[in-house]
This record gives sequence, C-alpha cells and structure tokens, in this order.
Amino acid sequence: MAEETAPEAAPPPPEPTAAELFAAAVASIPGVTGTRWQHGELTADASRDSIVGVMTALRDDPRFAFEQLMDLCGVDWPERAERFEVVYNLLSVSLNQRIRVVVTADETTPVPSVLTVWPAATWWEREAWDLFGIVFSGQPDLRRILTDYGFEGHPLRKDFPLTGYVEVRYDEDRKSVIYEPVKLTQDFRSFDFLSPWEAITTLPGDEKVFTERAKG
Amino acid sequence: MDDIVTTRQVEIDSHSINFGPQHPAAHGVLRLILELDGEIVERADPHIGLLHRGTEKLIEYKTYMQAVPYFDRLDYVSPMCEEHAFALAVEKLLGITAPDRAQWIRVLFAEITRVLNHLLNLTTYALDVGAITPALWGFEEREKLMEFHEAASGARLHANYFRPGGVAKDLPAGLTDKIAEWAETFPKFLDDLEHLLTGNRIWRQRTVDIGVFSAEQALAWGFSGPPLRASGVPWDLRRSQPYDKYAEVDFQVPVGRNGDCFDRYLVRLAETRESVKIIKQALAKMQPGPIKVQDRKFTPPTRGEMKRSMEALIHHFKLYTEGYHVPAGETYTAVESPKGEFGVYLVSDGTNKPYRCKIRSTGFAFLQAVDVMSKRHMLADVCAIIGSLDVVFGEIDR
Repeated sequence: MAEETAPEAAPPPPEPTAAELFAAAVASIPGVTGTRWQHGELTADASRDSIVGVMTALRDDPRFAFEQLMDLCGVDWPERAERFEVVYNLLSVSLNQRIRVVVTADETTPVPSVLTVWPAATWWEREAWDLFGIVFSGQPDLRRILTDYGFEGHPLRKDFPLTGYVEVRYDEDRKSVIYEPVKLTQDFRSFDFLSPWEAITTLPGDEKVFTERAKG
Repeated sequence: MDDIVTTRQVEIDSHSINFGPQHPAAHGVLRLILELDGEIVERADPHIGLLHRGTEKLIEYKTYMQAVPYFDRLDYVSPMCEEHAFALAVEKLLGITAPDRAQWIRVLFAEITRVLNHLLNLTTYALDVGAITPALWGFEEREKLMEFHEAASGARLHANYFRPGGVAKDLPAGLTDKIAEWAETFPKFLDDLEHLLTGNRIWRQRTVDIGVFSAEQALAWGFSGPPLRASGVPWDLRRSQPYDKYAEVDFQVPVGRNGDCFDRYLVRLAETRESVKIIKQALAKMQPGPIKVQDRKFTPPTRGEMKRSMEALIHHFKLYTEGYHVPAGETYTAVESPKGEFGVYLVSDGTNKPYRCKIRSTGFAFLQAVDVMSKRHMLADVCAIIGSLDVVFGEIDR
C-alpha cells in the first residue's frame, strides 16, 4: 500500500544543474549503480567487484580528481541480505568537492582493497576488519588495530553487546592481568523511546498521515 | 606453579625496539615497534588502540545530546573543535541553523581552542627534541585560555559547550573584554616563543629536512591541516568549505614549502597568529542575540521559563529524557580542527539515537604515515616526526 502512494516525487527540473551534471558523470563510471544527493552531499552506490576501478576513475579523471581518501568505515545493517556497508568518503582539494561511495558486503564476501589507489586505506581497512569483520581482499596487513591483543569478536556489529563479553582486572594472587566474563551489578538498561505518536512513521492503515508528513 | 618459576629463554632481535606505550615523546599511549639498522630506522610499526574506549559504540546507545561530551574526550587538547563537527552534522540532519551570535561564539571558541592546541603541540614538540623552556612558558599561556573556556562553559577541558542548535549558554558579562585584552598581549608571547625556537641552531638541526613529505605523498596518505599545508597544498576547510561564520572573517592560510618538521612548526606558528586575528574579528562582529535555536523541540528552555511555563517544563523533560528524533539520513560533516580535517559520518535511522557515528580522526592518517616518514631516519628523529604531526591518542584510538 505504501508503495502505491509514496513514489509521487517532485517533477524533474527542466535544466540540469551543475550538481546533476556531476552526478550524471559519476553515474557513467562503469561499476557505479546509482547516485543520490542528500543534504548537499553526493552518494554513489558501487558494485563491490569493480570498486578499485571506480576509485581509480574517481581519482584520475580530471572531472573528479578525488586525490584524497578521507575516511573509510563500515556500517552494520543486520536485517539486510548483505549486512555491511563500506563507506568511502573522498575529497578533491583541487576541485573542492566531496563524494561518498558505498558498497555492500557480508561476513564472508571480501571487498577488494583500495590500497593500490590510496596507501592510506590500509589502516581504515584494518579498522573496518577489526570493528565489523569486513574482509578486504588484496590487503596484506589485515591485522586488528583498535581492540586488545587477542580480542575476539567485532565490537561495532549491532549484535555485539555494548558491555562486551569479558572484563579485565589485575589479579593479586596470580600476579597478572586476567580476563573474566562481564558481571553487571545492575541490569543493562536501554529504553525504547519509539512512541506511536512521533517516531514510528507508519502505523498499519495510517500510511496517508505518513505521506502527508513527508510532503511537509 | 612450576611454569612461573622456570626461566624462559627468549631470543630478542637486537635490531627491533619497543618505543612506548609509555614514553614521554610518544604523546600518550603509542606503542611503536621500530626495526633498526644500527641507529637508522628501517621500519616503524605503530600499535594503537591502547586508549580505545569504544566511543563510536557508546554513542550509538546515547541520545544526540548525550553524545556531545564524548567528543570532548576524543582530542582532549582541542575539545570544542570536535564538538563543532558533531553539532554541525546533527544540525545538517535536523535542517536547523544556529543563530548568528551562536555561530560567532563558536568561531571565537574554535579559534581559542586552536591557539590552545597549537600552544601545547609546539611547546611539547620542542620538549621532545630537548627544549624545555617553551613548554614552561606555553603552559602559562594555556592556563589563561582555559580560564576563558571555564568562564564560558564551566569546565576547563571537557567543555560540552557547542551543542546542536547553538551553544550551551551565553558568554558571561565581561568575558569578551578579557579575551580582547588577551588578544592584544598574546602576539608578544608568540614573538618570544619564536625567538626561542625559529632561529635556534639546535632546533633547526633537529627539524629542518627531517620527515620530508611531498604534496603528492601528503595527499595520498590522507593528510589534512597543518601537515598538508606544510607540504605546500593550500587547503583549509575554513576557507574552502566555510562553516558557521568563517566565510565572513579575513585570515591568511599559511603554506609551507618543504614539508619537513620545521615547516610544520612554522605553519602552526603562523596559524596561531591568524587565529588571534580571527578572534579579534569575531569579538568585533558579535552582536547580542539568541545563542541557540529558539525551537524548544531541539534546545532546552531557560530555567526562568521553566518556573513559569508548564510547556517549558514538558519540553525540558522530554529533551533530557528522550531527546529529539533526527530524520533518517546520513552526512559526512568535517571541520578544520587544529590538527586537520576532523569529520563525523553520522547515520540516522529516524530515532533519538545515532545509528552510526563514525569519527574521522585526523591523527589516524598522520600516524599511519610515520612508517614512510621515518624510513632511513635516525632513531631520535622519530620523536621529532611524531611531535611535528601533532598526534593525540584520545582521537586516534576513540
């Protein structure tokens, strides 16, 4: 039902603006599956297997000239078929523009490393491996980076508890730091603030209110 | 019991040493495995994460307002600039803009924070390579600035002052006069500091042509801020992608030529002088007015209002328990923090808590390049290189 009412988007503007031309140029790179503007930022979805080619084009094509990889991170969406997003934030200092490239992955499918495009990718890929368990193929140095030596698990996954599984303390008898299962003296509290009046945007049978609100 | 007493024979490669995790020149908790050929560094492998507190995970379990104090604790040398990035990111997702006075206060304190940061970095950097006087002098100046922090926010370091929608509270009476007075006397201090270091023979021997990084290398390694500018790339987010009131202030972007440790020092020193110029302009252009968005769905009402208005009381209660719901969306918002580009990649799913808040820390990229930078340098140069990169582990480890 929601699908029938929702896609009434604004009519396409008559003249292509510079932003639209830029987005169209990005969309023409082989491997880019879609582009969208949001809050004045361009996001491009790319297919995982062609990410190195897409990144090389974005760096070397004089229309884009994204010399810098400013950030690479994972996002976990456990309910999706491919649960991870790998998000690359690029910056061009010569053309003063930014772009965000997003590819998807799951626990086992590796994402090709962009190490050959930007050497700076190594640590961020290590971080994404450490915190999410995203595997990068072609990355020779896929060690953990932020968590403890010998850490198990990937803490930024949504199914990893905030408190973790183990806690450390110094044991006076054994004269060493030991790991023990976490003991909480008070139950972990996480309040559900979703109220049917504000946060849940669509109640069953109430789609009309939602579309009215989306229109503003 | 037996295996504890038994001595174990461990073969140690005499050519690799463990620098840190507790080393006065490591600027925090950096463990650096150095492979040496005599006294020449062949490979540097920084081990980070010893200060990892899971900030990004914690923020996912906090409301947007509760997430702000975590940003103070990232780069604890420049707390307000970190808050700035988060405040701007949330404002972008909410579609609100802070009022003029709030923006000027943010510019003012972002620059005070920049001076604070550069003072600490320049002087401790000098300390790392053997000069103790700058640190002693610099900490006295920093104290004056932290008093301004305290007067505005109530805290010297962990300010929690820049909030989405504005700032926490207005400046107390008389503070702007004190800051203006300080801005008049401070350049004299910079002259003195410069007199101690810039022409100093030892300082130059330790920093000139050490850790040279070309513009191409700096770009490829994701550099930003003073180290990028020292390599000759004129790039400053305050100038090229201005936020808040930076478009309305007049300042120069100092750029280096050689990309060595000395240039990184010079760029920071010149930037500190520019910051004083911006502070003076901010003080001159600041007009009385509201210091936060007047929509009570996003910013709390005043105490006085709450005593009289039931609605204000409800708003206050809702804000401090549930917080505000941020429309679904994502943004990468970056500011020119004193160290370089500090970015926040914020993903909202429409609830009152961030779905994902990735913190793009500046020093992370710098520290990664230490291996390339220090290759074929002397062991003692590693200290100069780390000092010149201005790394703080609060933000690198998160």
